[in-house]
Amino acid sequence: MSKAIAANVPDEKLIIGGRAFTSRLIIGTGKYRSYDEMRIAHEVSGAEMVTVAVRRVPLDRSSESFLDHLSPNLQILPNTAGCYTAEDAIRTARLAREALQTDLVKLEVIGDQTTLFPDNEQTLEAARVLVKEGFVVLPYFNDDLIMAKKLLDAGCAAIMPLAAPIGSGLGVQNPANLRIMREQLPDATLIVDAGVGTASDAAIAMELGADGVLMNTAIAEAADPGKMATAMKLAIEAGRLAYRAGRMPKRLYASASSPLAGVIK
Amino acid sequence: MNVYVNGELREVEATSLAELVANLDLPVARIAIELNREVVRRSEWGNTSLKDEDRIEIVHFVGGGARV
Repeated sequence: MSKAIAANVPDEKLIIGGRAFTSRLIIGTGKYRSYDEMRIAHEVSGAEMVTVAVRRVPLDRSSESFLDHLSPNLQILPNTAGCYTAEDAIRTARLAREALQTDLVKLEVIGDQTTLFPDNEQTLEAARVLVKEGFVVLPYFNDDLIMAKKLLDAGCAAIMPLAAPIGSGLGVQNPANLRIMREQLPDATLIVDAGVGTASDAAIAMELGADGVLMNTAIAEAADPGKMATAMKLAIEAGRLAYRAGRMPKRLYASASSPLAGVIK
Repeated sequence: MNVYVNGELREVEATSLAELVANLDLPVARIAIELNREVVRRSEWGNTSLKDEDRIEIVHFVGGGARV
């Protein structure tokens, strides 16, 4: 088989909790300027899964269901955003499961309001309880290999380390840690969650070996979310393909591409 | 009877969760209810009676990704 044909070998699917996804992009549903903008961004991104937050129903006014603004083809991934303790995250996950009849949950236990950094200890505690209750747990956590191992030992279906603070758009600040996690946990489903700001960031995450990227603000706060969603789709595909291709080694000095022999004198 | 609904003390006439939801005129699709920190299945709303000082949380879904 020629190399050109080999390049067209289709990628394996992203498997999460027994569900197969072709797209490796998971996106959020917050901060869009309008429902239309969100719908367009979701559609062009090719994403098959979107995450939604659980909140108290307002009692003083009638509210339409936010879920009605999502395409029925999308897999909904409820999250526990806004929870600061394992207990609140567990309660939120149970409520989400009851309302949506889904066992999927993006587990998020925040430790600090300024950084929105996860509380790894509370996250692990919640993960252990939720896995026992039959949830497919996708935990957002700090990029720590040992915590990743503990989360996997607890039975989490994937690990979702951050690349930079949520909503910061700083891009991948921890390439070494992500690479180490990828190399040490080759069989784990690794999704980079939070920190991506633009398309090249998503490509870098995928080149480092992530199985997918979860993002919200990078698309929702772009001047044109539709265009950025398209860019993200392409970047994730490009980064994934580059990872599968296996990049050349880096060297400090030049290495001529043309033969050295036969140069005219 | 006075119960807490989403943290707010309210005087209600409802005697069951199902009545409470109906009286509050809430959209019943894709919401979930917790009574005193335990989820109550939708099928049980009708048989779940309320008592004074009960704490009820009624939630739905909103846009949100990796951020509050």
